[in-house]
Amino acid sequence: MALKTESFALNIGPLHPSTHGVFRMRAVLDGEVIANMEPVFGYLHRGIEKLAEERTYTGVIPLTDRLDYLASMSNNLAYVLAVEKLAEISAPERATYLRVILAELQRIASHLIAVGAFVNDCGAFFTPFLYMFREREKILDLFEMLSGQRLLYNYMRIGGFNQDIPDEFLPALQKFVSQMPGFIDEYDRLLAENEILLARTKGVGILPQDLAVNISASGPVLRASGVKWDIRKADPYCGYDRFEFDIPTGTAGDCYDRYRVRIEEMRQSLRIIEQAMKQLPSGAVKSTVPYLVRPPAGEAYAHIEAPKGELGFYLVSDNSIAPYRCHIRAPSLINLTALRDMTVGWKVADLIVIFGSIDITMGEVDR
Amino acid sequence: MKFEHFGTGIIKGLAVTLRHLFRKPITTQYPEQKLTTSRRARGNELVWDITKCTACGTCAKACPQGVIRIVTSAKPVENRYVVEKFEVDTGYCIFCGLCVEACPFQSLLMGYSYERAKYRRHEVVHTNEMLLPSAKRPASGYMYPKLAKALPPQTLLIERDEVKG
Ligand code: SF4
Ligand code: SF4
Repeated sequence: MALKTESFALNIGPLHPSTHGVFRMRAVLDGEVIANMEPVFGYLHRGIEKLAEERTYTGVIPLTDRLDYLASMSNNLAYVLAVEKLAEISAPERATYLRVILAELQRIASHLIAVGAFVNDCGAFFTPFLYMFREREKILDLFEMLSGQRLLYNYMRIGGFNQDIPDEFLPALQKFVSQMPGFIDEYDRLLAENEILLARTKGVGILPQDLAVNISASGPVLRASGVKWDIRKADPYCGYDRFEFDIPTGTAGDCYDRYRVRIEEMRQSLRIIEQAMKQLPSGAVKSTVPYLVRPPAGEAYAHIEAPKGELGFYLVSDNSIAPYRCHIRAPSLINLTALRDMTVGWKVADLIVIFGSIDITMGEVDR
Repeated sequence: MKFEHFGTGIIKGLAVTLRHLFRKPITTQYPEQKLTTSRRARGNELVWDITKCTACGTCAKACPQGVIRIVTSAKPVENRYVVEKFEVDTGYCIFCGLCVEACPFQSLLMGYSYERAKYRRHEVVHTNEMLLPSAKRPASGYMYPKLAKALPPQTLLIERDEVKG
């Protein structure tokens, strides 16, 4: 006699420790295997795009901090670049170089969390996570020195920065840049060959190259699938074409490749910071910008390679002091749309690993 | 998955954690020991200088949250409006610092202090005298490099930790 079985719907989240915020997934299980997966967005919706419409152009900058709160500097950068494009303002050279340094530091900080939380999801309970938090803390120290806060920096302004870097910043940064490669090697010794990590991530959650392109994934998720696409090279902003760096790519598109790509990207970021520090010119950090920016009527889109992928701001101006429309192209949201295709056929335990390997921030997904 | 030498990766990893046993701890026992915050810290509570304020209202207009409320006298006294009420509802303040940047008379500063939790909701609304600087409410050097220089240097974790390859 055949047993009568039926599929089982399992709710994961929104308040679940491994959802990296508040994210809800409705998984339909066949035994332990995922038969269908439905991501449910919107739990953290705060209406940031709408709020931006009633704020001055400068007043939106603190809002952008709250999108991807693990990479606030990158959000600031993408937004101010969009406004600068719209209002035809250009930042001074020194500010451009500083922006590159800060964006790359932010990439390292964000990847440290991404990798740390990912191996945590794989079962390496908090040891690597805290090792990586220690190094991230040093970056936060540097950011705190510049902007006064550790997470929501609000440091970039339209046309540059609000204040110049203090004297003690560059020596501390130099020290960080010279120490960090040693720590990355240490992570490699700790994790790269660990059999448990390999068994749990190699060949798991494969995102095929054509699918990755079709869903317009970006960032490490896309590059792990073997697509050599990086906006810093493809459409250079902030003078990224002046620096020498490689784009690390994966081959299989599995969780392990995504982890490797992030580790390699940290090394490349350090290379960029070193070059930018050497070339850093002196001078003003802000060009003369009117107190209330009033761009001519029109629209502009600026995108950057944020730690999680292509972050874009689309702004429409009606020649008033507030944006008429502000749309945010958030990399986390778009990378997350691949989740269903990546998880179907895998077990529930793998779902958490695959989900962790995408590296999302809920602040950005739901806005 | 097949491994050629099963276990070598784990042993390598354990060597790293073992070495960590002999490193100096870099954590701080928080409530007893405290790190020094940045000289530009955007701490809790704004600090306001009543003698310099002209009640121009620039700060209130710059605030994205609209938490600053200013009431002035109806008629100018000695060619100057008198501030009757300067109110900051810190419950809604996001400590972005835009008001401090906007003030043209250097009369508004960010606070340097933290640990400012309150028991009652009305206590987070600061009015007039409550905003003045005092020993308990020092001002930070945010946007004012001269003030920043006078504050103690920030403790940096990078100074405490060395990596040995
Ligand atoms: S810090 Fe920001 S939110 Fe707070 S009062 Fe000033 S401008 Fe408003
Ligand atoms: S901007 Fe400065 S001077 Fe003007 S009302 Fe505010 S605190 Fe007073």
